[in-house]
Amino acid sequence: MKKELPEKFRSYKHVWVFIELERGHVHPVSWELMGEGRKLADKLGVQLAGVVLGGAGEDTRHAVQECYAYGADVAYLVESPVLADYRNEPYTRCMTELVNKFQPEILLLGATTLGRDLAGSVATTLATGLTADCTELAVDADGSLAATRPTFGGSLLCTIYTLNFRPQMATVRPRVFSMPERLDDKSGPVIEYEFTMIEDEIVTKLLQFIPDRDSNKSNLAYADVVVAGGLGLGSAENYQLVRDLAKALGADWGGSRPLVQRGWIPADRQIGQTGKTIRPKLYIAAGISGAIQHRVGVEGADLILAINTDKNAPIMDFAHLAIITDAVRFLPALAKEVRQRIAPNTRSRLVG
Amino acid sequence: MHIVVCIKQVPDSAQIRVHPVTNTIMRQGVPTIINPYDLFAIEAALRLRDKHGGNVTVLTMGPPMAEDSLRRALTYGVDRAVLLTDRAFAGSDTLATSYALSQAIIKIGKTYEPVDIVFTGKQTIDGDTAQVGPGIAKRLDLHQLTYVSGISEVNLEGKTITVERRAEGGVQVLKSKLPCLITMLEGTNEIRRGSIDVALAAARAEIVTWNAAAAGVAEMGKCGLKGSPTVVKRVFAPAARAEKAKIIDIGGLAPDAMASKALDEIFGRL
Ligand SMILES: Cc1cc2nc3c(=O)[nH]c(=O)nc-3n(C[C@H](O)[C@H](O)[C@H](O)COP(=O)(O)OP(=O)(O)OC[C@H]3O[C@@H](n4cnc5c(N)ncnc54)[C@H](O)[C@@H]3O)c2cc1C
Ligand SMILES: Cc1cc2nc3c(=O)[nH]c(=O)nc-3n(C[C@H](O)[C@H](O)[C@H](O)COP(=O)(O)OP(=O)(O)OC[C@H]3O[C@@H](n4cnc5c(N)ncnc54)[C@H](O)[C@@H]3O)c2cc1C
Repeated sequence: MKKELPEKFRSYKHVWVFIELERGHVHPVSWELMGEGRKLADKLGVQLAGVVLGGAGEDTRHAVQECYAYGADVAYLVESPVLADYRNEPYTRCMTELVNKFQPEILLLGATTLGRDLAGSVATTLATGLTADCTELAVDADGSLAATRPTFGGSLLCTIYTLNFRPQMATVRPRVFSMPERLDDKSGPVIEYEFTMIEDEIVTKLLQFIPDRDSNKSNLAYADVVVAGGLGLGSAENYQLVRDLAKALGADWGGSRPLVQRGWIPADRQIGQTGKTIRPKLYIAAGISGAIQHRVGVEGADLILAINTDKNAPIMDFAHLAIITDAVRFLPALAKEVRQRIAPNTRSRLVG
Repeated sequence: MHIVVCIKQVPDSAQIRVHPVTNTIMRQGVPTIINPYDLFAIEAALRLRDKHGGNVTVLTMGPPMAEDSLRRALTYGVDRAVLLTDRAFAGSDTLATSYALSQAIIKIGKTYEPVDIVFTGKQTIDGDTAQVGPGIAKRLDLHQLTYVSGISEVNLEGKTITVERRAEGGVQVLKSKLPCLITMLEGTNEIRRGSIDVALAAARAEIVTWNAAAAGVAEMGKCGLKGSPTVVKRVFAPAARAEKAKIIDIGGLAPDAMASKALDEIFGRL
């Protein structure tokens, strides 16, 4: 298909990042997108904007300030009581109004439960293209957004364009892009938009929010050190060895998908294409073969150590270091050695 | 109540192979299955029907062979199966897919009985975008409830529904109105085994098959390649990394000495 951008879209300009603010906190994926959005904006010679929607108050204003610290030239701000908690109706309406009024050429959102819920409705309302879960964003010679994403469980990559519609929309999963450097003392213009929707117009009501207080909850996506196990461990009991090593290292723990399917570990501990994408400084994979669906979730790690009995396992293609041995025998020895070498109070410095 | 469940037939992607030279997908001989995420939607729909009475209709858009998935769904005990198939739908992206499906859902509502809830899976394992559910909701102006982990109340008289929705950092309890669209989270139930009777009936059941005209698709310009704003320009295999892992030589060492050597290597690189 050829690019023939209709006249009405030619005025669409600038790169927008939707800042995901939920319960007072900005999801880090928004800043990761800012880093990437900055590169796109520079290449296109346009501005980068952060778009903040939220209830009136401190947290929302603070999110606007942070936009500049992470590279925005300008921020859009919509404060309204109907935007205090995320719901599809008011957020979709508000984003759609903003896009129609200010006309960005690119709109990026995090591929979180919130971002995916919103992006799908906004793109459908605007009848524009939306590329999901991108792992690479680039600008073409003619200024089009080239969005690359894995499909078929990661065995293929494809590059997708939205040639003749605007904005060009894309979602990106957390931790796919690295966190940009935070610059202090930056500021810039704020464009405030008055959103007129009122609560009476909104059908869906939030009755309650039950936070995941469970202290066991995984923070895999943001952990500096991750230890994971696979089927090679042989049993649920042996999985405990992974947790022991994680504890010694002050690391988080996870595993391959079959472990979740067998009930050895909870679903939020799954690493890979259909689980978490991680980006630790150190990743230790014990008894994991390194299937493509697993690989795409861990490739961003700085250092990958594979522990596997098979020196020809696919994981050897992307691990940096490997130990060819029985993980069930080796993990306890490694945990012991770690405990001997690093006193608990210096553990955080392991990767510091 | 009348529930429509959208299901997609997908290649059993564990077995997808990429042609090493042409980088195209080798589909020949690859078995197809119902998108695994859609099974949670089917089961959730069946449970609502069992509790409140009514019918469950499954709907798929795809090539004629997608009939296999519908038959499979019938073995679980759904009441009716509709296949939407037309060459004009080929090359649909999620915007065009949601348009075609929404037109068929309107037709299902008119032909059989009004639809109270539309279910989809969370996402598929091939396209994997999670965009079709929200797309259908928008097009039909249904209240959109995504990532639903539980349905705590359905009130048919009052036309209200209360669900738990997985959000970032917690669960939202949302009260909304029927008709609505639910994308069901995985792991929330387990698909039932249909009885032998049901399975036998499924083999003989009629599959309602509609082309674009029969489904009352109004605007063909919104279908297939023409109706798809996204364009796939390039498909390629991920680049292999040049070097393989460095194998730490632990020949003949006891586990403790191995561990010590491994840690030296790790610290040397961090
Ligand atoms: C659509 C789709 C999505 C998927 N998503 C994911 C995903 O998100 N994440 C994911 O992980 N997988 C995913 N998978 C599954 C993936 O394809 C693989 O099946 C899975 O990752 C394999 O898990 P594994 O490495 O633990 O097991 P196996 O592949 O069975 O590997 C076990 C490994 O352990 C080694 N081993 C055996 N004994 C020992 C021992 N004593 N000590 C040390 N090593 C030993 C073996 O040599 C082997 O390499 C997905 C699949 C599909 C189809
Ligand atoms: C390599 C590749 C990459 C692609 N990337 C994109 C992209 O980034 N953006 C884009 O717009 N399109 C993309 N597409 C096209 C997209 O895969 C198709 O539009 C597909 O028909 C539906 O999208 P999905 O598989 O992602 O479904 P999802 O949105 O993940 O599916 C969610 C739910 O919708 C229902 N559903 C989906 N399809 C059907 C169907 N045919 N019949 C009945 N119910 C269904 C199911 O309940 C399913 O669980 C891509 C296609 C390919 C081959």
